[in-house]
Amino acid sequence: MGAFGSYVQNIKDAVATIFDGMAVTASHFVRKPYTVQYPDRMPVRVQDTLPFRYRGILEVDLEICTGCLACERACPIDCIVISCEKDPKTRSMVISQFDIDIAKCMFCGLCSEPCPTGSIHHTSEFEGADYSLESLIRRFVKEPVQAYKPKKGPETDPRIAPILSRGMRYINEFAQPGGEKPEDEAEG
Amino acid sequence: METLINNLIASGLFGAKPSFDVVAAIVEFVAGAVVFLVVAMPFAGVVTWLERRVWARIQSRVGPNRVGPQGFLQWLADGLKNICKEDLIPAEADAPLFKLAPYLVMLAFILPWSVMPFSSSLILADLNVGVLFFTSVTALTVVGVLMAGWASNDKWSLIGGIRSAAQIVSYEIPAGLSIFPVVLMTGTLSMQGIIQAQGWAPQHWFVFANPFTFIAANVLFVSALAEGNRTPFDLPEAESELVAGFATEYSGMRYTFFFMAEWGNLFLIGALMTTLFLGGWRFPHVSDNVVVMNILELITFNVKVLAVVFVSMWIRGTLPRVRIDQLMTLCWKYLVPISFADMIGTAVWVAIWPDGNAFMGYLMFAGGLAVLAVFVRRVVYYVRRSRMELYFRPGI
Repeated sequence: MGAFGSYVQNIKDAVATIFDGMAVTASHFVRKPYTVQYPDRMPVRVQDTLPFRYRGILEVDLEICTGCLACERACPIDCIVISCEKDPKTRSMVISQFDIDIAKCMFCGLCSEPCPTGSIHHTSEFEGADYSLESLIRRFVKEPVQAYKPKKGPETDPRIAPILSRGMRYINEFAQPGGEKPEDEAEG
Repeated sequence: METLINNLIASGLFGAKPSFDVVAAIVEFVAGAVVFLVVAMPFAGVVTWLERRVWARIQSRVGPNRVGPQGFLQWLADGLKNICKEDLIPAEADAPLFKLAPYLVMLAFILPWSVMPFSSSLILADLNVGVLFFTSVTALTVVGVLMAGWASNDKWSLIGGIRSAAQIVSYEIPAGLSIFPVVLMTGTLSMQGIIQAQGWAPQHWFVFANPFTFIAANVLFVSALAEGNRTPFDLPEAESELVAGFATEYSGMRYTFFFMAEWGNLFLIGALMTTLFLGGWRFPHVSDNVVVMNILELITFNVKVLAVVFVSMWIRGTLPRVRIDQLMTLCWKYLVPISFADMIGTAVWVAIWPDGNAFMGYLMFAGGLAVLAVFVRRVVYYVRRSRMELYFRPGI
């Protein structure tokens, strides 16, 4: 190929490659963008798409908390503070304080493993940004409540039964990850 | 314009016996300001939004969509933010030149609007050298850019300014030579004259008049992109090498001026292409009402200009930046010889068929449609292929 041949070839190459390149980019006009418009323009909330055992911000179901302090002892950075005493009249445990400092929490999940009822558990909530450290302390006990006392048979109280079954499912998931398929992925 | 001025004098708005020239100067100043504020500035702003949306779609993103409906007011937010910023002048800079440079660039952007043929009546001045005026005042940008680069006293600015000067001066030659075929065919340099020599139908446009004008249109488009410092020829402000090129040291309103001129230049590129090759404002004669016809022509012109602007955005989203030596090779080794050959070819063509070859118009138009069909097939192919790739690799 002579000099003129390669000259013409260069022009041909330039035109052909630009033509094809424009076709590639034009094909993107008819595709859907991949952008996820978090947080306000989502088809579903991100929280609802997360797995059951996702380690988000901690939460306590006081209805099924036995006041055993297992979580407080398990916590490696002492971000859980529980006060519980025996009521001399009714001879039952009363929880007067259950604070979790989310600012300190490192989401290790060691507290929810020893919980006998699955009362303390991670939620799928992760948007915890706030303006002060104090407001990150979650105080679950508003007024002293009686600790939960496990029954011999299945739970009969219709108010507590669903919470307990959910908690048991949660700790079973820890015992055998993926063993029992949860009925619904969504967090209640 | 003259009747308007005479009416204004008769109305007594300017006192008892004003001089005609003074009133004319005031009226033209006001008209220029109105064009500038109502057409040029908002267009430059809206184009920034449009361009960001177009790129975003090319890159599978969404783009700015929060300010106003579909992010339409993004340009207003950006502009206001920029204007509110401090106007910094570096201590080592040559202050008077540094301050002057953005206005020169702005001037080069505003002046061509005076010969912009929006419709058969809407034109500020139908100069008999309209096209020449258009190309020469747009080349004035180089003075402002070089001044900005020099006065900033900064290596990036200087390199950016010099690159821009070299680029604009070089590409002025193929751009000028590509206008010649049209001038040869019409025998006039007036914008309106060139548009009136074309028909409203695509086969009567100069882009399809003969093979030489088709090539000339493409050469002119490439040269205009290079003169407007557009990707793939945006070397003067190559971010990866020169920070922001000649605008590195600028901030606030002066920076806004530079970029408004740059985006506004897109309209000028589109207008030049539309006027010379795409039939301008020509619209079939559907009404005897002058106002209705003018509005239809205005819409036609703007749609054509926006189509060209869209193509240049699309190119910007497609092609990577060329190297400086490639830039010069493209200009001097390819575009200049091609445009010379074009000029001679058109001259021969005009000598053979002085009134143009009507059959060729239809043939070229059919050829254009065929190329478009091939293009659409390629696009469909890439869309299908992307689906397959997505199926195998959902992560991409």
